Amino acid sequence: MSEAFGVHGAQGGPDAAARPTSPPPPPEPPWALLAELTHGCPLRCAYCSNPVKLIGRSVELTGDEWCEVLRQAAELGVVQTHLSGGEPLLRRDLPRIVATADEAGIHTQLVTSGVGLHEARLAELVDAGLRSVQLSVQHADPARADLIAGARATGAKERAARLVREAGLPLGLNAVLHRANLDALDALVELGLAWGADRIELANTQFYGWAMENRAALLPDPDQVARARLTLERWRVRLAGRMELVWVAPDYVDATAKPCMGGWGAVSLTVAPDGSVLPCPAAAELLGDDAPNVRDHRLDWIWRESPAFTRYRGEDWMREPCRSCELRAVDFGGCRCQAYALTGDAARTDPACHRSPDHDLVRALVDAARGPAPEDHPGFAYREGGT
Amino acid sequence: MRDIATSDRRDTATDDRVDLDWRPALARSVMFRHDRVRGADLLLLPERVVVLRGAAGSIVKLCDGERDVAAIVAELARRHPDAPVDAEVPAFLRQLRAEGWLR
Ligand code: SF4
Ligand code: SF4
Repeated sequence: MSEAFGVHGAQGGPDAAARPTSPPPPPEPPWALLAELTHGCPLRCAYCSNPVKLIGRSVELTGDEWCEVLRQAAELGVVQTHLSGGEPLLRRDLPRIVATADEAGIHTQLVTSGVGLHEARLAELVDAGLRSVQLSVQHADPARADLIAGARATGAKERAARLVREAGLPLGLNAVLHRANLDALDALVELGLAWGADRIELANTQFYGWAMENRAALLPDPDQVARARLTLERWRVRLAGRMELVWVAPDYVDATAKPCMGGWGAVSLTVAPDGSVLPCPAAAELLGDDAPNVRDHRLDWIWRESPAFTRYRGEDWMREPCRSCELRAVDFGGCRCQAYALTGDAARTDPACHRSPDHDLVRALVDAARGPAPEDHPGFAYREGGT
Repeated sequence: MRDIATSDRRDTATDDRVDLDWRPALARSVMFRHDRVRGADLLLLPERVVVLRGAAGSIVKLCDGERDVAAIVAELARRHPDAPVDAEVPAFLRQLRAEGWLR
């Protein structure tokens, strides 16, 4: 479920943990670990931020290896994990992975499409210590949801939501927003109410991986975003104290860099299906072969000392305009992965920022964006096959 | 991250005696643990970590679903004879229940 993208502080817990200033050593311990258990997935979401070239199932970490990663993570200071993917339910050894995390004192949340979450499966996971479930939804209208997900899944999601509630676990919904659903926020919130969600994360699409392939079909124009914001504000007033509505801002349209992951290597780490360890789920492309792997190194070395994690930690790497900008302590110069994807140089200011010398790139895309997607043919490209 | 101390009370107006037979326990989604790496007591929640300051951790530790509020107060009064346990602990527990962390 790679829509559960940690671009905002709430993801992975603490918002404003003490951060290393420059010079950074030694870094504060990480709070959270995103475990991408597999890239396999029955859905083919148009907005998926997993890489275009997925990691194959044959090179995935074994159950034993995942358990060892979680034990090392707990020793390092990790207290929360999101068990994600792809679709983590494709891993038969998931209950064992949950149990190991729980025994090590790590709070577990399953991030799922809901496909494959049957009653017996959930009961096993709850017995193993699962604490919370986050379920993705694409649209409140099943036919449109199918068009966005490239597969039929609404029935499975509705059942999953019911089972999670019956098991007494908190339920979060996660909806990635784009041209084909930003005008349907009312129905999405109503769906959350009907399904008994405690929280809905309304996350504007982040353009990485597959989502980048679909950027033109996904990117909304500023008017569509403004309408959605008004709707959100109305619901926030109505649901205050009842349901939490989290908004992940559209950085292109807002011309504002996001404080990605609370800073590079500052709060959390991601372990990809093949054991490579990343400061952020989108960093695979930027790091390439430089990504350290749990098969070669211990997690504490990777966090504290690996070149991949120290490269953009703190502020020493920054250039102008970030270096002298008062907002650098707030947004850390934006997203390194986005700077790399759009300019080929990860140390530049995030082009989403209106102060970036490369902001014209983003501005031109936003100027070219059109309104809501045509209802029955949103124009998405889908990955081949499922799983 | 949120910090909570026993003195952060918000609903001091409510009657402390109404729920003395309530047997508080952590909600299923909530984990309490001591974090050795950071030397702190933590409540772990979905998407959130709460750092418990002062005596808060030792109070939460007594919420085992067996002891009622009166027993928790008595135990803390025994340990801290000079602290205003009667006045503060029930309100603190109610605050945690209002957050959905205790049931
Ligand atoms: S295809 Fe959809 S459900 Fe599957 S990993 Fe990507 S975003 Fe998540
Ligand atoms: S110039 Fe850099 S630090 Fe300043 S707002 Fe833009 S991205 Fe953030």
